[in-house]
Amino acid sequence: MERPDWAPPGIDISVPSVSRIYDYYLGGSHNFEVDRQTARRAMEFLPGLPKIMQANRAFMRRAVRHAVAEGITQFLDIGSGIPTFGNVHEVAQAATPDARVVYVDHDPVAVAHSRAVLAADDRSDIVAADLRKPADILHSPQALSLLDFDRPVALLLVAVLHFLEDHDRPHEAVAELRDALAPGSLIVLTHASYEGLPTAREVAGGAVDVYRGTRNPLVMRSREEVTAFFDGFEILEPGVVAMPRWRPEPEADPDAPAGDPGAALPDGPDDDEDPYTFAGFAGVGRKA
Amino acid sequence: MRIPVQTGEATALPDSPEDRITRFARIWSRAIFPVTATSLTRQEFEVHLVPLARELSRALHAQPFDPAPAQRIGADLVAVHCTDPDALSGTLGVIESYLVLYCGPAGREDGEEYRARCARLQHALAAGYARALRERTLGEQEAIARSALSARTDAQQALHASEARFRAVFEDAAVGIGIADLDGNVLECNEALTRMFGGVEGHIRGRNVCDWSHPEDTPQVWRMYGELVRGERDHYRVEKPYYRHDGTVLWTNLTVSLLRDADGKPQYQLALMEDTTERRLLNLRLRYEATHDALTGLPNRTLFFERLEKALAGKGGRFGLCYLDLDGFKAVNDSLGHAAGDRLLVEVADRLQSCATGPGEMVARLGGDEFVALTTSAAGPQDVTDLAMRILSTLSAPVRLDGRELSVRGSIGIVEGPAGERGPAEVLRSADITMYRAKGAGGNRFELADAEADARAITRHGLTNALPAALERGEFFIEYQPLVHLHDGSVHGAEALVRWSHPQHGVLGPDRFIPLAERTGLIVPLGRWVLEEAVRQARTWQREHGGPLRINVNLSPTQLHHPGLVADTVAVLEESGLAPGALCLEVTESALIGADDQLLEPLRRLAALGVDIALDDFGTGYSNLANLRRLPVSVLKLDRSFTQSMQRLPADPVDVKIVEGIVALAHSLELAVTVEGVETGAQAAQLRALGCDTAQGWYYARPGAPDRIHALSLADAVPS
Repeated sequence: MERPDWAPPGIDISVPSVSRIYDYYLGGSHNFEVDRQTARRAMEFLPGLPKIMQANRAFMRRAVRHAVAEGITQFLDIGSGIPTFGNVHEVAQAATPDARVVYVDHDPVAVAHSRAVLAADDRSDIVAADLRKPADILHSPQALSLLDFDRPVALLLVAVLHFLEDHDRPHEAVAELRDALAPGSLIVLTHASYEGLPTAREVAGGAVDVYRGTRNPLVMRSREEVTAFFDGFEILEPGVVAMPRWRPEPEADPDAPAGDPGAALPDGPDDDEDPYTFAGFAGVGRKA
Repeated sequence: MRIPVQTGEATALPDSPEDRITRFARIWSRAIFPVTATSLTRQEFEVHLVPLARELSRALHAQPFDPAPAQRIGADLVAVHCTDPDALSGTLGVIESYLVLYCGPAGREDGEEYRARCARLQHALAAGYARALRERTLGEQEAIARSALSARTDAQQALHASEARFRAVFEDAAVGIGIADLDGNVLECNEALTRMFGGVEGHIRGRNVCDWSHPEDTPQVWRMYGELVRGERDHYRVEKPYYRHDGTVLWTNLTVSLLRDADGKPQYQLALMEDTTERRLLNLRLRYEATHDALTGLPNRTLFFERLEKALAGKGGRFGLCYLDLDGFKAVNDSLGHAAGDRLLVEVADRLQSCATGPGEMVARLGGDEFVALTTSAAGPQDVTDLAMRILSTLSAPVRLDGRELSVRGSIGIVEGPAGERGPAEVLRSADITMYRAKGAGGNRFELADAEADARAITRHGLTNALPAALERGEFFIEYQPLVHLHDGSVHGAEALVRWSHPQHGVLGPDRFIPLAERTGLIVPLGRWVLEEAVRQARTWQREHGGPLRINVNLSPTQLHHPGLVADTVAVLEESGLAPGALCLEVTESALIGADDQLLEPLRRLAALGVDIALDDFGTGYSNLANLRRLPVSVLKLDRSFTQSMQRLPADPVDVKIVEGIVALAHSLELAVTVEGVETGAQAAQLRALGCDTAQGWYYARPGAPDRIHALSLADAVPS
C-alpha cells in the first residue's frame, strides 16, 4: 500500500539520513550513530568524501557571493539539509544585509533543526517540501512571503539532484522551477558523478551501494546529463566543471621567497587541492 | 581579483615581528587546512589564523606568563570548524616547531624558559580545544536530538490530526465500515455498520467474519476472502447477505480491502458495506411484478417464456406443455360481468396450481382465459396427458360464484418432446393449434399435438392472415353456374360462386376460405363485394340480352346477423338498377334452425321488398317442417344427397318418394323447388317428372366465367 500523504517521511531516526551524513562529513555532530556508521562505510570506498562535501560548501559560498555580485538578493536553497558552518544565509547576509533565503528540505529532522536555527532570523525560513513536487515549494507560504518571483532569484540545487532517480523526473522538476523564475535568475548546481573521481568506478560503486540503504539512493550522472539540467539557462564561465575549477579565488602573495616554509605557494590552486574535490560537476546558469 | 587581506594592520615590513607572525600563521594554515571542514578558502583561513598567531605570540612573551589565552585559541579553532582532532595535533606540532622560532625572542638567552612556556601554551590550547569540542559536540547532539524529537512531535501531531479526521470520517460515514484482523476477528466497526446489523455493537465487534456465511453467498465470496487474507488479492467487491442477530437478512454491497504494513505485509482487512436490503426488496418486487400476473399471482407470459426457453435449451431433457383455454369463458364474462369472470379465473388459477406442484412443474397465465402448465420432469407423453387429465378433473368440480354454481370446462393442447429441437414460439404455436383442435372437437378435452394437424392449421392460419390483403388486391373472382328451368331447359338465372385466386395455392374454392372469413369477420366485406359484383353482372346480362335473368347469392350466417344487411342489399340493388325480384339470397337451412323473430326480421324485410330468399341445403338440418311457414322463404334448394341416387336408373324408390313429398309440401306452401348436383340426363328427367322447378349441375354447366352464361343463354341450351 502506498504511504499516505499525511504521514511525514523520515521521522524514524534509526534510518540513516543523507543530511545528517553530510553534517558528519563536514565535521559536525548533528548526527546519530546510524548516520556515522553509514558515512564510515561509504568512506571505506571513498575516503575523500568529506573533501567532496567541503568542496561543495566552498563552491556554494563562491556562487552565492557571485550571485550577490550580480545584484541578486533572493535565494532558494533546495535540499539545504542540516544548517552548518557557512550557511547560505550567513554568506549572503554577510555580503548583502537585505538577502532573503528560503531553505527547502524534505527531511523532517533537518527541517525542525533549521527552524530552530532560523527562529531569530526574519529574512530566512525553511519549507518542508520535496524537490519532486516543485509546486509545493513555489506555492509555500514561506516562499510567497519572502521571495518576489518577479525579480531574479538564485536557485540553489547543491548536492541534491543526485538523490533524485530518473523515475522522479528530475529534469522536469528543474524545468518547472525554472519556469517560475524571473529572467536574470541563477541556477547554482552541483552533482555527483563517476567522472573526476580518483578511484576506479567499481570502487566508487561500493559507496553508491551504501547509499542504497538510505532513503535517498545516490544517482551518478554524466557531464552530459548534468548539463541538461541547465536547459533554458545560459551556462556561465567556466561552464560545467569540477567544483574547485569553478571560479577559484586566487591564493596569497606569489612573491614570497622560496625555501621558506612560511612562504606563500606560487602554484595554481589545483595542485594543492585534494584529488577527491574534482569528482562531480558544478555550474551556474543564468535565465535569459 | 584579489581579496584584500584584512589583518587590521598595515602590511608588515619584511621580517618585522608582524611579518613573522603572518608567516607563522601561513605555516599553521598549511598544516591544518587539509583536515578542516571549513568552507573558507585557504587565503581566508590563513587570514583568520593571523590574530590567533598574534595572540599566541603575545602570550609567549607576557609577563607574568599566563597560558589562558591559548585555551581561547583552542576554542576558536573549534569555532571555525576545525573539529577534526588532526587539526589539533597539526596545530600543536606547528607550535612546537615554529612558535619560538618565528615569535620567540631575538636572542638565545632564555631558550629554556620559552620552550617551557611554549609547552604550557600547547597544553592550554589542547585543553581549550578539547573543552570547546566537547561543548560543541554536546550542544550539537542535544540540538539534533531536540530537532528529531520536535520532528517526531510534529509528525505525531500531524498524525493525530489526521487520525482525528479519519476517526470522524469513520464514525460519521453513512456506509458501514469494519476492520478485522487476518484471522477474521472484527476489531472495529462504526456506527453505521452497527445500525445495519440491528443496533447492538456487541453483535459485530469480537465476532469472526467467517461466522457470517449465508446460504445465498455466491461461491466466489469465500474463495476471494481466502485470497485476500493470504495476501493474494488486494480487494474484492460482492453482493453479500448477512443474518442479523434477530434472524432477519441484511443485504449489502460489500467491498473488502487488504491493509498492509509499510513493508507490504498483510495486516488487516477493511470492509465497506452499503445496505442494499430495501433496494433489493424493491428490485425483487419489481421483478416479481414484471413476471407475475397481477390478478391470479401466477407467473406471467414473460416468466413462462423464460422457463420454456430454459426447458427447451436443456440438452437431453424432455419437456411437456399443456395449453389450456377455458370453454365458454366469454359467455361468463358477458353474462355475469368482468368481476365475476375475474373471480372465476382466480379460482381456476388456484386449482391449476394444485395440479402442478412437483419439481420442474409450473403453471402460468398467458392472458385472458389462457393458462399453461409446463413440466420438465415428465418421462414421456403419458406423464403429460396425466397432467392434462388432472387439470380437466380439477376443473370439473363446479365453481360457486355469486351464489350460483358454474361448471368450468377447458380445452387443452399438449405438446411433449425432447428438449433442444424446437424453439419456444414453435412449441407454443403447436400447443395453441392443438388446443383449438380440442376445442373444435367439442371442448372439455385434450389433444396431443401432431405434425400434420399442425401443418394444416398453419396453412389455414396463413390463409386467414392473407384474407384481408387478398380482398384489397382483388384476388377474389366469381364464377357463375346456370340455373335451368327443368320443364324447358331454359336458363333461369345463375348462382354466384366466389373463388380465390391465391398467388401460391392457386384457385381455392369457398370451402377453403369462407369458414375462415366467417371466423375473422371478413365475410361481411367479402360478402358485400360478392353481392355487388353478382348484382352488377346480372344487370349487365339483363341489359345485353333483354330477358329477366336472375342471380343467386349466398349469405353466410355472420352476414345474416350483420345489422347492415338490409341497408347494404338495398343500396347495392339501387346502385345497379336491378329489380329486387331478380335477386335471390341463399341462406343455409342450419343457419335458420331455431331462428327467432329478431333474426328473421331482416329476411322478412328483404322478402317484402321482393327479394327471393332460398333455403339452401334443405333436408340436411332437421328443419321443423311446421316452421317452414314462418320463414320468409320462397325457394327450397334441395340438398344433392336426395338426388344423387337418381343419376342412374333405376332410382332409389325411397329417395323418389321423399323428393316427391318435399316437392308436394313445397308447392303447397307456394315454394319453388330447386335441385342441385344434376349430373345426368336421367336425373334431370326424373326430377322434371317429380315436379321440381329449376335445377343446376354439371349436366347443364359447370360454374364458369360470366361470358359463358351469356353463351348458354343465347343457345337456349335444351338437353334432349
